[in-house]
Amino acid sequence: MFQNQYETVFILTPVLSDAQIKEAVEKFKKTLTDNGAELVHEEHWGLRKLAYTIQHKNTGYYQLFQFKATPAIVATLETDYKRDERVMRYLTTKLDKYAIDYSERRSKGLIGKKNVESAPAGSKAEKVEATTEE
Amino acid sequence: MSLVNDPVDRKDTARKKYCRFKKAGIKYVDYKDPNFLLKFVNEQGKILPRRLTGNSLKFQRKVSVAIKRARHLALMPFVADGLK
Repeated sequence: MFQNQYETVFILTPVLSDAQIKEAVEKFKKTLTDNGAELVHEEHWGLRKLAYTIQHKNTGYYQLFQFKATPAIVATLETDYKRDERVMRYLTTKLDKYAIDYSERRSKGLIGKKNVESAPAGSKAEKVEATTEE
Repeated sequence: MSLVNDPVDRKDTARKKYCRFKKAGIKYVDYKDPNFLLKFVNEQGKILPRRLTGNSLKFQRKVSVAIKRARHLALMPFVADGLK
């Protein structure tokens, strides 16, 4: 089966509670896995300040997924994003060979300090920490 | 003062421009790293031209795509005042 590697980032509204965020993230994870996507990496960046207001809000919860899947899944995922009112923004990109290499190194924390600053919640273990802090 | 066109002595000899991606061996420009992308915009948040950044065409294109993606995700501003 022909598969590409994709990366998707979406922003959830800051009005949600911790449980609601987890639920929303699980929902999108489920749409991916149910459609036969193989999850490679995930990151929860937590509450971040936005560079400009979206829907009169200055902050948002960022979530990143990297997955291997057939191209048809992207359309299903994006329809789900559009139908969900909790999602303020989303972006799905296909990863080329350099991007796959980069993201592997990034997930292992081998990319320099600059990245650590911009994405404080790096690995899965850190993700748990970040969510408990909130 | 002579009327002949004397060669002008420029104090700072023009340094050769180079593409920092080629020099550092960077293959992929990450849109999730706004601090890095800030080097390629002016204080209003506009993308700097190649003649100022010295990027090769290949990487200038990648940088501009990365900046546009970062803007979409509100990691970087579309318009700003005094970004630097």
